[in-house]
Amino acid sequence: MAETTHIEEIKPPVTDVGVIGWLRQHLFNGLFNSIATILILGFLVKVMPQFIQWALIDSVWFTSGQACHQAEGACWSVITQNIRFTVFGYFPYEHQWRPLVAMIILVGMLVYSREWSRWNKRLGYAWIFSLFVMGLLMKGGLFGLVPVESTKWSGLPLTLLLSFFGILASYPLGVVLALGRQSQMPIIKALCVVYIEMIRGVPLITMLFMSSVMFPLFLPEGVTIDKVLRAQAAIILFTAAYIAEVVRGGLQAMDRGQYEAAESLGLNYFQMMRMIILPQALKIVIPPTVGILISAFKDTSLVVIIALYDILNTTKSILSEPEWTGFSTEAYMFIAMIYYICCFSMSQYSRRIEKQLEYKHTPNQEEKPS
Amino acid sequence: MPAEQNNTAKTYFWNDEKTRAILYQIVTAVFVAFIGYYLISNVQTNMEKQSIASGFGFIEKEAAFEIGESLIEYSAADTYGRALLVGVLNTLKVSLIGMILTTILGTFIGVCTLSSNWLISKFGTLYVELFQNIPVLLQLFFFYALFYEIFPPPRQALNPITGVFITNRGIDFPVPASDPVWGYIGLAFVAACIVIWLVYRWAVKRQERSGQQFPTFWVGLGILLGLPLLTWVVNGAPTEMDVPVLKGFNFQGGRNISPEFSALLIGLVLYTASFIAQIVRAGIQSISHGQTEAAMSIGLKPGLVLKLVIFPQALRVIVPPLTSQLLNLTKNSSLAVAIGYPDFVQVAGTTINQTGQAVEGVAMMMLVYLTFSLLTSAFMNWYNKKIKLVER
Repeated sequence: MAETTHIEEIKPPVTDVGVIGWLRQHLFNGLFNSIATILILGFLVKVMPQFIQWALIDSVWFTSGQACHQAEGACWSVITQNIRFTVFGYFPYEHQWRPLVAMIILVGMLVYSREWSRWNKRLGYAWIFSLFVMGLLMKGGLFGLVPVESTKWSGLPLTLLLSFFGILASYPLGVVLALGRQSQMPIIKALCVVYIEMIRGVPLITMLFMSSVMFPLFLPEGVTIDKVLRAQAAIILFTAAYIAEVVRGGLQAMDRGQYEAAESLGLNYFQMMRMIILPQALKIVIPPTVGILISAFKDTSLVVIIALYDILNTTKSILSEPEWTGFSTEAYMFIAMIYYICCFSMSQYSRRIEKQLEYKHTPNQEEKPS
Repeated sequence: MPAEQNNTAKTYFWNDEKTRAILYQIVTAVFVAFIGYYLISNVQTNMEKQSIASGFGFIEKEAAFEIGESLIEYSAADTYGRALLVGVLNTLKVSLIGMILTTILGTFIGVCTLSSNWLISKFGTLYVELFQNIPVLLQLFFFYALFYEIFPPPRQALNPITGVFITNRGIDFPVPASDPVWGYIGLAFVAACIVIWLVYRWAVKRQERSGQQFPTFWVGLGILLGLPLLTWVVNGAPTEMDVPVLKGFNFQGGRNISPEFSALLIGLVLYTASFIAQIVRAGIQSISHGQTEAAMSIGLKPGLVLKLVIFPQALRVIVPPLTSQLLNLTKNSSLAVAIGYPDFVQVAGTTINQTGQAVEGVAMMMLVYLTFSLLTSAFMNWYNKKIKLVER
């Protein structure tokens, strides 16, 4: 039996573990990094106190515009004093609870629907019902609600409306276009290719211009379609082309064997697509699809250019009032925050879906005999 | 075979896949053609009713509107055609400068996010998250507001470097006073580039033949700086500068960059750089660490590892999405219309308003941007072919 001697355990040097170790490893590894760290820290020390002084200490929160002009720091009053116009725009003042309730319903439904396990028929009916209620609240005209013209819809409700329906309608249209592009039929394929490539080649502004100045000429005399709906259509048609390209990537990534297996089961084209191909193809393109949806959401801000009053434009019109000119930085920071929160939560959600879908695979793999 | 004939005879024609495909297509084509015909006939009646002219005759007519900035001579007496050309050139100007700047900034940020320094990598990630999640139009408004609200009027101009003034009328900076020498120096610069290219080719050939290396970089740098410098000295080394000077309410002399152009450029560059940073990061990460180790094990220095092994491979992943981002920058430059920079969309929009010829105007907008994207995809195809892995 070999003799075992107890060797004293040597701990790593103090400089390699703990806070010091972390600092050395992450901030001061090498000459270049040390210099960079010191420079950045120096910059932060110089700038941050000034920023905090401006944004928090010297700032004014609930004053009039005149008081703001005398204040040293940030004028957050431009947001607090005008919050109702920024958010609801030209919606009649005494009825602004209606878009507020509509937005709460929409956000609530979205938050509730985030878990896939909750998706069933009843949720579908609930969605149809709540969409009806939201429409009723916005439009009015029934149950004693005063009718409100869609030209008065503005602010955050308009932004959410344009992006929600833009995303909702462009997705299926994009999938159909992608299938058309993959089709064996030359005419259908050519039409889809021309549509997709043409839309992807031009900026959204041209589509919006088209909807605002050119589209009225296309309609027969006496027929008019309101401006919000036209802009909505332009956003849908534009986003659909991008979704189509992403979905095509998913379709192309599918194994040929999947198509053959589906056909050998005797499924026809629609059954094959619905039950075998699309569920897999759409799943692998979730990350780029969410990317497109996020940019569609951001792009709704472009309706400013055709003079629709989304949240960016209501802010702009407040800033053009003499009382509030000069406080663009504060106001735009607030709007940027709203957009940031929406986009960030969308991308976080997409990461979660990806994980969930990956997880679904594991039980099947475990069943396999190893 | 008779049996098979029997078989086909039983199938009704609407159950035959090929016939059905043809039928579907005919129905679709007729449907699309009908819609097209319907829309066009509507346009014609509407235009007659509102007595709007059709066709592109207006291009020859006098534009009668001023354009804020232009690369070529333009006045309100010129034709719509020339006005539109000014717009195209302005779009190209902001896009090309933006493309170069955003590629540099995006690559820098992308490398930052991969840094081993915690602060630098967090800074990179924060930048990407922040700029990607805010609409580019909002960013443009923000930077434009900086100019006309935060920056002082010319009398209290900010003066960060001697001769450079930042005001709410834009950025004024000195340029060398006009002298034929500067033209010669430009020519010398072009000549230097050609010489360097020839030297590079010769050096590569020599290395392939004899294995001897040639300090191409330092020699190239020498030629690039030396030749223009020589031209300058030979021509009497003029040092006179055209410096902006405050006269009355504005600066005179020097060169001015308008606030619209600056805001548009800054906004587009910062926004697009956040996407390019992600592309660059993904490209570098796609190269497996084994490549670095293998390159080091054959004795290459770190700089050469990057230049000869990592970079050429990462470029293959980076360039296709990078090109599409640069195209996006060009398309986003159309947002200039919102802050009043006279790009093509702005000029075409004014043209539509004045002539009422919306169909032609929008068609021209689409045509111009489609040309840009077709050129870009042509470049992409050429590049993809060039760098395709040669498989043995």
